[in-house]
Amino acid sequence: MSTTLTKPEMSAHGEWVSEPLRRDVGAELPDWYQQIQADSWHNFLETPEPVRKDENWRFADLKKIRFERINPVGSLNEQGSFVERFRSNRVDSAIGHCLFANGHLIESDFSQLPDDVIACEINEALANHSELVKEHFMQDPARLGSQKFAALHGASTLCGVFIHVPKNVVIDGVIEIHHVNSGENTGIFPHTLIVAEANSKVSVFENFETAGKGDSPITVGMVDLDARDGGKIQYASFQNNGPNARHMQINASRVGRDSAVKNCFVNLGSMWVRNEAVSRMMEPGADSQMFSANLANGTEEYDQRTLQLHEAQHTTSDLLYKNALYDDARTIFSGLIQVGKGAHHTDSYQTCRNMLGSDTAEANAMPGLEIDADQVKCSHGSTSGPISEEEIFYLMARGIPAERARRMISLGFLNEVIQRLEGDDVKEFIFGKVEAKFRAI
Amino acid sequence: MSLKIDNLHASVEDIEILKGLTLEIPKGEVHAIMGPNGSGKSTLSKVIAGHEDYEVTEGSVTIDGEDILEMEIDERSRAGLFLAFQYPHEVPGVSNANFIRAALQSRLPDGEEIDAVAYYKDLYAKMDELEMDRKFTGRSVNEGFSGGEKKRNEILQMMMLEPKYCIMDETDSGLDIDALRVVAKGVNAMRSPDRGFLVITHYQRLLDYIVPDVVHVLYDGKIVKSGEKDLALELEEKGYDWVKTELAAA
Repeated sequence: MSTTLTKPEMSAHGEWVSEPLRRDVGAELPDWYQQIQADSWHNFLETPEPVRKDENWRFADLKKIRFERINPVGSLNEQGSFVERFRSNRVDSAIGHCLFANGHLIESDFSQLPDDVIACEINEALANHSELVKEHFMQDPARLGSQKFAALHGASTLCGVFIHVPKNVVIDGVIEIHHVNSGENTGIFPHTLIVAEANSKVSVFENFETAGKGDSPITVGMVDLDARDGGKIQYASFQNNGPNARHMQINASRVGRDSAVKNCFVNLGSMWVRNEAVSRMMEPGADSQMFSANLANGTEEYDQRTLQLHEAQHTTSDLLYKNALYDDARTIFSGLIQVGKGAHHTDSYQTCRNMLGSDTAEANAMPGLEIDADQVKCSHGSTSGPISEEEIFYLMARGIPAERARRMISLGFLNEVIQRLEGDDVKEFIFGKVEAKFRAI
Repeated sequence: MSLKIDNLHASVEDIEILKGLTLEIPKGEVHAIMGPNGSGKSTLSKVIAGHEDYEVTEGSVTIDGEDILEMEIDERSRAGLFLAFQYPHEVPGVSNANFIRAALQSRLPDGEEIDAVAYYKDLYAKMDELEMDRKFTGRSVNEGFSGGEKKRNEILQMMMLEPKYCIMDETDSGLDIDALRVVAKGVNAMRSPDRGFLVITHYQRLLDYIVPDVVHVLYDGKIVKSGEKDLALELEEKGYDWVKTELAAA
């Protein structure tokens, strides 16, 4: 009897990409940016893939990101259907919007925004507002584990929007950035850069979906939020991709004096999601609110890593992440509050709550706290458990059938997060989608 | 036409709490049950509502001749039973208005929708009666409500659902006198020949406001004494030990 020796299974993954995923964007990109692209490509090649023994990837199922190949998006030839889809699936009352399909800008309308607001496609901004973009673009390196992803992002052709709100301009209403993606393992690199100058205010809603159920885009998005001197930004990301998509977002908030940034992630789709969020409270009076509502089922894995960084005195932050899990879904929450040296009078909270809708769902939570200052109020904690039987009893005692009672309670569980957003239109849109997914479970 | 409890035995974790309780509340009447702590008052309300922690080992509960022990919790409610909870639960993220609406919706046949305009008009009118602020429609069910607000909210649900039989489990606990008066006003407005009430209480005070037709004394899982409303006063005066002594003598 002869034995056939097989090679030990090498890491089954390929090299992600063999060259930067770039295409002509029809704009002349500034030198400093081309340098970032070149440096990022170098970093991408140098940076090893995540390994599980890295604390930042603890509990993660790395098989989900062993990319054989990340494909270029290619050209776009069915624009009509994307536009149609967008029209039927958007926040109708948005004061400005733009639509991307596989990273290509399909349409945009920012005409209703106040005159001195800059809102335009990111490559256009790089070309036309080079200095302004440079001041805010990727100022904070990825620091929660996704360096390789961030490098790939920096090296690739981006899609997305640059919004600059000048001093004292308050934008009433929400700006929607909508992405419809398709294809097989197509690499999409959205970059949203929002700057709120003194006493200005802006709210942005970014919406991700796939064109079809079978599509499997790999999105590596980055968001820079920069609010200063009383500026206010609300950024809400809503992800409702098909079941084969993989979705990563790396968000960095820089919060200046008396400024406030709200950063919210809502996830309903994708087989794998990783949301990293870093908030830096850089000057007194800075306030950061970070929240997330997620409904995971099937074998979906949602991986959440956060950092609340208090760098100055008298700053506040509040984090609330909620996960409702069904079937064999997994979530990982790892959050750290870091109160830096001298950041006295910090007020900081962090809560992760997981509602387990099945015996096989798995919620991991790793809350953390490091304090190097005095007169600090901080709390952190996490809870995981099934839906309360007493709550179900209460609803049923009013005539509501068990199934419906469970759904109402679970929906309410996530709604508590949704209600923290501003803007009834955004809240209603997200609530409706969450409700629809609950119905389908 | 009545809520009829016959020889009811019920246990929790194999400990028998109700030991052959028999009681009939005809429509149009208000019956009060008084009893010392541990006599089985709250068990009775939970068993009738169908809480899963309680096992019925013997006896029956019917409303208008229909056996409800075979029904699911929600079916009992839709059949016309209402339990006002001693400790109403909080349901975060579910607005009070949507909660009550879902309860009403569950009573409609499939495909039929509640008329939202009429619903809110009705809801607001009843909230006014209970002196409840409109803000309670948008707030999460019972979340952050005071004790009195929670109890008013129970009565609001009762008024909206218009049940045939109402069981009020220590509705007076945690209420100050003003709240008690408002709650009682709501209950009294609902008294009708088509509705029966079972008011469970530890104290006689509530019965000054909701005057019962019959008072029963529950002791050790059974009704040991029944009488007219004066029985409540006598109990208040002599204390539950009086009943215990009488029983021991018998």
